[in-house]
Amino acid sequence: MSTTIEASSTATSGAVAPPPTVHKVRRGWLLPTWGWIVIVWLASPVIVMIVFGFNNTSGKFNIQWQGFTLTWYRNLFVIPQLTDSLITSIEISVIVTIIATALGTLMGFALGRYRIRGAGSINLVMFANIAAPEVALGAALLSLFLTIGFPLGFWSIVIVQVMFSIAYVAVTVRARMAGLAPSVEEAARDLGAGPIVTFFRVTIPMITPGIMAGALLTFALSIDDYIITSFNAGSTVTFPLWVFGAARTGVPPQVNVMGTLIFAFGVVLAAIGFVTGRRKKRQLDGE
Amino acid sequence: MITSAPEQANPVGHSAGGPPAGPTPPETATAIELVRITKRFGTGSRAVAAVDDVNLVIREGEFFSLLGPSGCGKTTTLRMIGGFEQPTGGEILLHGKDVVGTPPNKRDVNMVFQSYALFPHMSVFENVAFGLRRKAVAGSEVKRRVGEMLELVQLQGKDRRRPSQLSGGQQQRVALARALINRPRALLLDEPLAALDLKLRQTMQIELKSIQREVGITFVFVTHDQNEALTMSDRLVVMNEGHIEQVGSPREMYERPRTRFVAGFIGTSNLMTRSIASMDGTTAILECGAGERFVVRDAAALGAVPGGKIDVTVRPEKITLGTEPAGGEMCSLRATVTNVVYMGAWTQYAVRLADGAELTVFIQNATNSEDAAERGAEVWLGWDPAHSLAVAPQ
Repeated sequence: MSTTIEASSTATSGAVAPPPTVHKVRRGWLLPTWGWIVIVWLASPVIVMIVFGFNNTSGKFNIQWQGFTLTWYRNLFVIPQLTDSLITSIEISVIVTIIATALGTLMGFALGRYRIRGAGSINLVMFANIAAPEVALGAALLSLFLTIGFPLGFWSIVIVQVMFSIAYVAVTVRARMAGLAPSVEEAARDLGAGPIVTFFRVTIPMITPGIMAGALLTFALSIDDYIITSFNAGSTVTFPLWVFGAARTGVPPQVNVMGTLIFAFGVVLAAIGFVTGRRKKRQLDGE
Repeated sequence: MITSAPEQANPVGHSAGGPPAGPTPPETATAIELVRITKRFGTGSRAVAAVDDVNLVIREGEFFSLLGPSGCGKTTTLRMIGGFEQPTGGEILLHGKDVVGTPPNKRDVNMVFQSYALFPHMSVFENVAFGLRRKAVAGSEVKRRVGEMLELVQLQGKDRRRPSQLSGGQQQRVALARALINRPRALLLDEPLAALDLKLRQTMQIELKSIQREVGITFVFVTHDQNEALTMSDRLVVMNEGHIEQVGSPREMYERPRTRFVAGFIGTSNLMTRSIASMDGTTAILECGAGERFVVRDAAALGAVPGGKIDVTVRPEKITLGTEPAGGEMCSLRATVTNVVYMGAWTQYAVRLADGAELTVFIQNATNSEDAAERGAEVWLGWDPAHSLAVAPQ
């Protein structure tokens, strides 16, 4: 009997079987060339930003290459308002990510697992939230804050950013829930776990890839949001707001450096998310 | 004490071998009792009854199967016992206590799911330990009992694996261990072998049965595979379209099917609808050709009257082939052999009666090395009248 099991285990582990042959058709040079044009198009602003972070510029405007230097990396925090705005942005983004991920996860869970009253309208509102022009959202929120007399500043920014981020988290979590058999949660209930223990011990670990994706997306959306934030910031200055303000008089090269660092951080985060997410997903989905 | 009143409510529910009615014998305690359980899906005029007024008694320590085609309500019934579906009406008694409305985590039963439903983010050990952890059992005790369980299902040394690193059969064993470790009053199994290949399934059938004997827990087993149900069960119920067709031991179900559906669903059957020529007491004498004889005993209970119709079945292996009428009390019909298939241990004959009905006959190849009849031959079918089984029509 043990031989039967051995045999079937080799049969089910896909790694042993040769992968199905994929016939890649050579399409000549046109498609690859087009692909590379798009990549250059997308990457060139980022490359310019990174390169000019090393520019030994002396004037007000950092637009002409004047030789390599690490000065701006060494003197990254010499402009107090810029540093403050970056810290403010990071604080806001961390808070927004935590709140939006928590609320969005619950929403995605509810939509993905239960047939709830009003699911249709919730989906519609979420879609509208994602699709609506930021200008409209920002102006509407501003008039709301003014009407109810909510002071504009740090917390109003947090509120608006949480508002537009929730939908993204909810959508990614809902997608993950859709691929999850309800019987696993039923098994947890069957083995003596109440609904809350089941949610934290079984559901959450299984939808973690979706939650992480939503959190990363939220952080990225939050740290660079300009339009909605500018409507509702009051006197609070976030990093994008400061940079936009400075652009009129000349952007200091430190902005390039900070941009580069944020970009690098984002790339590392995304890479980690991609690798662990894939490993986790493979583990969860099995075979 | 709960009596078998529900069986009285179901006229075809009596088992042939057991006591016809009256109290359940005291030595076989009732583990699970369903009283007029109904489950409707949807509302209003579009409501569909998945389970319709089902009464059932499952005894302590028995291997009980719910058998039926897909959509017959067997899985819904099991899920209601487990607490995953709420009945629209009726009572579910677990050891005499009505549990309708009690959530699954508060019921003293455990379930093995069709897809196993293992926790993919936990090791085999943590999967099996899950139930004990919920009861806050001490760590050393958990370790000991998980070890015992893994030994019972022959998974020693696999405790640190993830479910995705196991074969289907091994995952099945983890699911079994995970449920049994809680020492439930009853174990519910929802087609647990359906995903396994044939050979592994047969191995697991034997193993499951021996585990059940070893732990002595009531098993309620859902399957659509009649072979599985016959070979594993102490008793079984055949369900169809939400209601019970018949309850009984595998032997009773096979030897004395009460309805046309059961006769057709379990084993091979020669189902016929014939006219009744006359009645001799409770025995029906069916219309036949010259020299033929076809009688059905105990037909009166099914409403047989002279000139009426009766549904009757004869199991293929009960019929003999001969060159002469069987004579005496034996049933005897003239037939033409239309096909002969040699099957090794037996030979399967397809025969056609004078009225055009097609029957199947199994003849065991015990001594004769030659076939009893060739294709095209005129033969006489013979069988003991005890094997003419009257069944309730659909």
